[in-house]
Amino acid sequence: MSLQVLVSKGLLTVQDIGRRGWERFGVPVGGAMDGFALRAANRLTGNPPEAAGLEAALGEVQLLAGQDLLLAAAGRGWQLRVEGRPLPLWMAAVARRGELIQLLPEDTPGWCCLAFSGGIQTPLILGSRSTCLAGGFGGLEGRALRPGDHLPVGSHAPLHALMLKAGVSLPLAARPAYADDLLLHLIPGPQADHFTAAAWQTLLTSSYRLTPACSRMGYRLAGPRLEHCSAADILSEGTPPGSVQVPGDGQPVILMADRQATGGYAKIGVVSTADLPLLAQCPPGAGSVRFAVTTPAQAAKRWREMLAGLEKQ
Amino acid sequence: MDSFRIKPAGDSALLIEVGEEINPQTSRRVHALAARLAQNPLPGLGEAVPGYASLLLHFDPLIIPGDQIQQWVASILEERLDAQAPPPGRSLEIPTLYDGPDLASLAAAKHLAIDEVIRLHAGREYLVYLVGFTPGFAYLGEMDERIAAPRLATPRKSVPAGSVGIAGRQTGVYPIESPGGWQLIGRTNLVFFNPLADPPCLLAPGDRVTFRPVEHLP
Repeated sequence: MSLQVLVSKGLLTVQDIGRRGWERFGVPVGGAMDGFALRAANRLTGNPPEAAGLEAALGEVQLLAGQDLLLAAAGRGWQLRVEGRPLPLWMAAVARRGELIQLLPEDTPGWCCLAFSGGIQTPLILGSRSTCLAGGFGGLEGRALRPGDHLPVGSHAPLHALMLKAGVSLPLAARPAYADDLLLHLIPGPQADHFTAAAWQTLLTSSYRLTPACSRMGYRLAGPRLEHCSAADILSEGTPPGSVQVPGDGQPVILMADRQATGGYAKIGVVSTADLPLLAQCPPGAGSVRFAVTTPAQAAKRWREMLAGLEKQ
Repeated sequence: MDSFRIKPAGDSALLIEVGEEINPQTSRRVHALAARLAQNPLPGLGEAVPGYASLLLHFDPLIIPGDQIQQWVASILEERLDAQAPPPGRSLEIPTLYDGPDLASLAAAKHLAIDEVIRLHAGREYLVYLVGFTPGFAYLGEMDERIAAPRLATPRKSVPAGSVGIAGRQTGVYPIESPGGWQLIGRTNLVFFNPLADPPCLLAPGDRVTFRPVEHLP
């Protein structure tokens, strides 16, 4: 086995870019909370975007390299060390067989994606390696990783081949502009008309705080109440990623990677794909967001430009 | 067909509203549309996820622009979908031991004998409107009004897999252990979700279900 978990003090799971195509059976998409960071880490290690890596949250991780590995970490609020040597995030690096790989959380750690050349090779379940914690499948035995776990990694390239790729990093301009105060671009609907004109004005002129009640399923916001002019409850329907659901209490909840496939609260709008990595990395309990309206075409353009930045390393 | 409405649902999905009520006719249209969209999928088109009265259509905007998908869907909606039968769903019988923790209190609240609650619950065929909440959780409807029941004021932190629950005029079986607020009237030992199976779920939208009372689970 090529990677051993020695220490995991937070939530450490296997994640890829998600399990699509099974939502009509109620299977959540899941995948890395910061899908851009995982794509970047995969790119730096020569992997396709859909390769699986590790996602760390909350607490320190120590791994033992069971073979020579090319790795890259990306995200916000974390430090990477190999055998005690500090290494930057967003850069490819080598860990030799027997070396210690550490992820250390800073004061307010977000999500850290760690990719390895060849990808984590746990079994594909329903087309994905992502860990579905609610369903208890995917990743390693459908659960968070713990000390003693062994993970297979795909690459068996010789050390000199890995060394050639080490040191390559993603240019600063291509990295996400993580911030504690974000402007989220929102596409109105599908239940935009369930809200009063005053609610729309409130939404577009107020700041909403991220409450501590933020998880892989959704981020709960607090701020000026958004008034409905028709029902807060709707007939359950499919939920796109980034849905801004507003239950009867008028406080928005933004649906994230592990959201349920269907939901029964009115959605005032949907946050653009390009903003979801930034939102994921905004600190619960401390961060805040504002909203501006965008169009689907503009939102798609921003996401296309963000991904194009990955090609510039 | 004028009741269809297509709305953006973010930059990578469209919501097609098919009706405004929970009823079998609307559900048939949802499932007929889902089947029709799956016949000749465009490149970049993702999954179509049924709701009670809508279909959420995912797509990759980097492969195909949303307005192109919208035009394509609009042209399909001009066909007479009402005349097209949805794919015939499968029929499933669920052996059920009616011994749930909420059965007696439900019967008392409804002024019915326990046997009568069981007879009413098992006495009709249900349609799978949609699958959601947890993997494999099928929303079945509609139950006899006489046993319609509110959700629990305080949801249970853990409901065992196989529990048969009711909420409003819906009924369903918890496929995996999860939190849950439905009143529990019985249980079955059928496996409703197995991620290693193809398909992973026993029930799909459009299927039909009956509950068969048993004295012991096989």
